[in-house]
Amino acid sequence: MADDKDVLRDVWFGRIPTCFTLSQDEATEREAEPYYLLLPRVSYLTLVTDKVKKHFLKAMRTEDVEEMWFEYEGTPLKWHNPIGVLFDLHASNTVLPWSITVHFKNFPDSDLLHCPSNSVIEAHFMSSIKEADALKHKGQVVNDMQKKDHKQLWMGLQNDKFDQFWAMNRKLMEYPTEEGGFRYIPFRIYQTTSDRPFIQKLFRPVSPEGNTHTLGDLLKAMYPDALTNDGEQKRYQVVIHGIEPLLETPLQWLSEHLSHPDNFLHICVIPAPSD
Amino acid sequence: MSDNAESPTETQKEEPQPPPDDATTNEEKKKIDVLLKAVGDTPIMKTRKWAMERGRTVQSLAQFISRFLKLEASEQLFIYVNQSFAPSPDQEVGALFDCFGSDGKLVLHYCKSQAWG
Repeated sequence: MADDKDVLRDVWFGRIPTCFTLSQDEATEREAEPYYLLLPRVSYLTLVTDKVKKHFLKAMRTEDVEEMWFEYEGTPLKWHNPIGVLFDLHASNTVLPWSITVHFKNFPDSDLLHCPSNSVIEAHFMSSIKEADALKHKGQVVNDMQKKDHKQLWMGLQNDKFDQFWAMNRKLMEYPTEEGGFRYIPFRIYQTTSDRPFIQKLFRPVSPEGNTHTLGDLLKAMYPDALTNDGEQKRYQVVIHGIEPLLETPLQWLSEHLSHPDNFLHICVIPAPSD
Repeated sequence: MSDNAESPTETQKEEPQPPPDDATTNEEKKKIDVLLKAVGDTPIMKTRKWAMERGRTVQSLAQFISRFLKLEASEQLFIYVNQSFAPSPDQEVGALFDCFGSDGKLVLHYCKSQAWG
């Protein structure tokens, strides 16, 4: 794994240039200029947008301000999904910067979770890590950690400290050599063509015959339509962190290197661009 | 996420349970069995076993339990899997069943305060 540390770094420091614009429905006292920010792919919208909030509040009266939420082309953006997943799912193959609309009223309760404070994000993040570890090691690694170790994972993410985060996260990436990988791979497959939140099932990194499972094997089992058959035109792109990994890539390697800090491998299946 | 929070159907006690280890049956079955267990001083539910639509979200389940227990609007309800983690509110119970179910059912704990990390 040490050989591939550059990949971990590249994933961690992935950024999306974003332009935040105040919704036209919002009442302002003076004109609100757009606000530009480089968003970390592995973080959460509500964790990295204090400056955005501050910027727009300057143009508004306090009585017009409720909980801030974000929207892209009519789709409310779920803050509890990592930023990179939101971008890959909704805005791949569009022009940069990513244009996000900011709202301070009419919170869409039916689409979004409320996020009153960073402790809500922390609880969500730690729960994801525990769920992932339940799949990887029956939860044994995360349960053996101390409270301060959990805090270190969270603080690493919150403060964008790669070394602090990975010093602890590497323990969650360990497995017995003889088993060739985790118990199950924590993955989620998102699609734009369905209302279902995501596909998540049990899938092992190695087949019962001892063969290494690849990204292609996973898709074949979970979402065969995402794959292009011989002689067929490509209908879908399979995107992780903004790239299309080779379908031959071993799943275990992807899980160790391209998982988000929440320890899940988030896979977006999006329609291939027609041109 | 305000899914329709209509009640899951109570499992008929006399109804024979499906074979727990038959993957095909579970795959095609629209409903799964969920066992709800209270933690700490949270009130228990008389009926613990419910047949639920696979597509029901954790949030809609939490809303149903809150209403069933007649909790105040201000009271929160936390749901846990494996007595360790709180699943994402938009997660479907069907996915949780596939990943964390055993013996043909999914065991969920519910609590009025944060019980586990």
